[in-house]
Amino acid sequence: MNALVDILASAGLWAAVLRIATPLILGTLGALLCERSGVLNLGIEGIMTFGAMIGWLAVYNGADLWTGLLVAALAGGVFGFLHAVLTVTLGLSQHVSGLGVTLFASSFSYYVFRLMVPVAGTPPTVEPFQPIAIPGLSDLPFFGPAFFNQTPPTYLAILIAILMAYIILRTPLGLAIRMAGENPHAAEAQGINPMAVRYGAVIAGSALMAVGGAFLTLSAFNSFFPTMVQGRGWICIALVVFASWRPERALLGALLFAFFDGFQLRLQTALNGAVPYQIFLMIPYVLSIAALAVMARRARVPQALMQPYRRGER
Amino acid sequence: MRFERREHRPAALVIATPILAVVAALAVAGLLIALAGAPVLTAYWKILTGAFGSRLSTTETLTRAAPLMLTGLAAAIAFRARLWNIGAEGQFYLGAIAVAATSSHVLAGLPSAVQIPLLFVVGAAAGMVLLLVPLWLRLRFSVDEVVTTLLLNFVAILFVSMLIDGVLKDPTAFGWPQSVGIDSAAKLPKLLARSRLHIGLIIAIGLAFAIHFVQSRTVFGLQSRAAGLNPTGAVFAGVPLARTLVIVAMMSGGLAGLAGAIEVMGVKGYVTTDLSPGYGYSGIVVAMLANLNPLGVVLAALFTAIMFVGADGMSRSLGIPTYIADVTVALSLISMLIAVFFTQYRIRR
Repeated sequence: MNALVDILASAGLWAAVLRIATPLILGTLGALLCERSGVLNLGIEGIMTFGAMIGWLAVYNGADLWTGLLVAALAGGVFGFLHAVLTVTLGLSQHVSGLGVTLFASSFSYYVFRLMVPVAGTPPTVEPFQPIAIPGLSDLPFFGPAFFNQTPPTYLAILIAILMAYIILRTPLGLAIRMAGENPHAAEAQGINPMAVRYGAVIAGSALMAVGGAFLTLSAFNSFFPTMVQGRGWICIALVVFASWRPERALLGALLFAFFDGFQLRLQTALNGAVPYQIFLMIPYVLSIAALAVMARRARVPQALMQPYRRGER
Repeated sequence: MRFERREHRPAALVIATPILAVVAALAVAGLLIALAGAPVLTAYWKILTGAFGSRLSTTETLTRAAPLMLTGLAAAIAFRARLWNIGAEGQFYLGAIAVAATSSHVLAGLPSAVQIPLLFVVGAAAGMVLLLVPLWLRLRFSVDEVVTTLLLNFVAILFVSMLIDGVLKDPTAFGWPQSVGIDSAAKLPKLLARSRLHIGLIIAIGLAFAIHFVQSRTVFGLQSRAAGLNPTGAVFAGVPLARTLVIVAMMSGGLAGLAGAIEVMGVKGYVTTDLSPGYGYSGIVVAMLANLNPLGVVLAALFTAIMFVGADGMSRSLGIPTYIADVTVALSLISMLIAVFFTQYRIRR
């Protein structure tokens, strides 16, 4: 019992929570933006993998860290464009197209990585983002080291979450996105082009996913290895449902999820092998399934999600 | 420019689509090989000879195709009923570990004629169970099974990892995490001496014909197609939707579990966490390339196996990463989706 309290009271846990949450926040926001416009983007797992690879590769070849994130975002946008051509222009099955994008983006990442970086005993590394202490706030006892001594992309992710909540819920642009996802025919009648809106949302959302992936190689770790995304993309898709398609709840959901993840990591160390480590590693996936079961009926799904829009067809 | 639905789908076009899709995917892959600085035509030739150049490579390709046929059938059956089973990878592993555990601890010593059929049932049952969970969540809580089956893949592989690190660990493997071996009577008979080719291939092809018959000639086949084409309409027509989906899920999960079973019984003899080079995920591509047709699955699985085995040989001689095989297979899924679209629609200005 004491061990539990020790874990919860350590600033290290809470600092780790924000670190673990960052790729989930970015990925969940990206998936949420796509889905709010009516497009399910199962390309997320592959797009995060590609972002992780290309961002790292750019920095490894001499670019600075922010350029690395930008390169990842652009690459993510390109994959988003591909997904939009398949699902918006051609109106193909969003499930299968998304899986196709994931299979292509992840295998292409490994291909490019193997081609550019020869096999070596120890994987090559880059100098990752360093934590920045927020002046004043970081001196607070406990809260300072726990929350205000993070790497820049973490602060950025939280800012993007707040910004996206504002844009989607309070601006004409957000209204257009929501209309494209709820009732594209009505949007068209209002002079909004739902297909253009969906293109924009899928491209921007995919860029966010790729930045989430790049956080893994440029901040959380300092190297790239295959399968490093480890299903985080699928967890993000589950978090969107858990958040009931609301950006501010997506932020909370990702943090809650990261809390459980950070907690199990420390519990694993505290228990010191009494329970097989695989049980702990299963927790995130089981938790996501449980969250889906609890929220699926309660959440308000965008009404036109997964329905292709064809002008003049009903 | 807009798209107009075709009144008729010319049969020649339907048959040509997978071929066109594969050619397009190979063309893009050729571009990637050229960018890597290797001669493209030589690379294609090396893939072909890598897959069929010798007796060894030919039997290897056919050995690879068997589990791909089964996971391809698993996806094809499920997708036809719009049950999005993306969990074949996890079902494969669960089938594999169930077979290893049962053969070594329960059935050891029984003759092959008894043990092998029983183990097929055990492997298939393990796969079924893993798919019935997401189906139950869908029917009971309306949870999208795409995400749950994907997430369960990770759970299943961790579960297998736990077992082969614990109760099912092979004590003679020098601490290496691998499961205990199957009983010698559980090994599948070979089709050809001095090769790894086993009767799993015949079983997979046989099942493809059986499933083709069920889908095209039985009431259940009609019901499962109706459940996929229009669930609401199917209910009005008197199709028991939940029951149909449960049977579809049992067939789909069972086939994926069986794929794991034959891989352990026919090739490896034990289970590790790298038993499958993504057979479950490739099965999705196989099913789509076959346009969900069970007989087409046999050919699509063969193509995928050629790519994987051929790319291994090509990469050794030309220094192109083997991942080019995964890239080509993924590209052929995307180009197949586009090709199928153009058999249904035409472009109008």
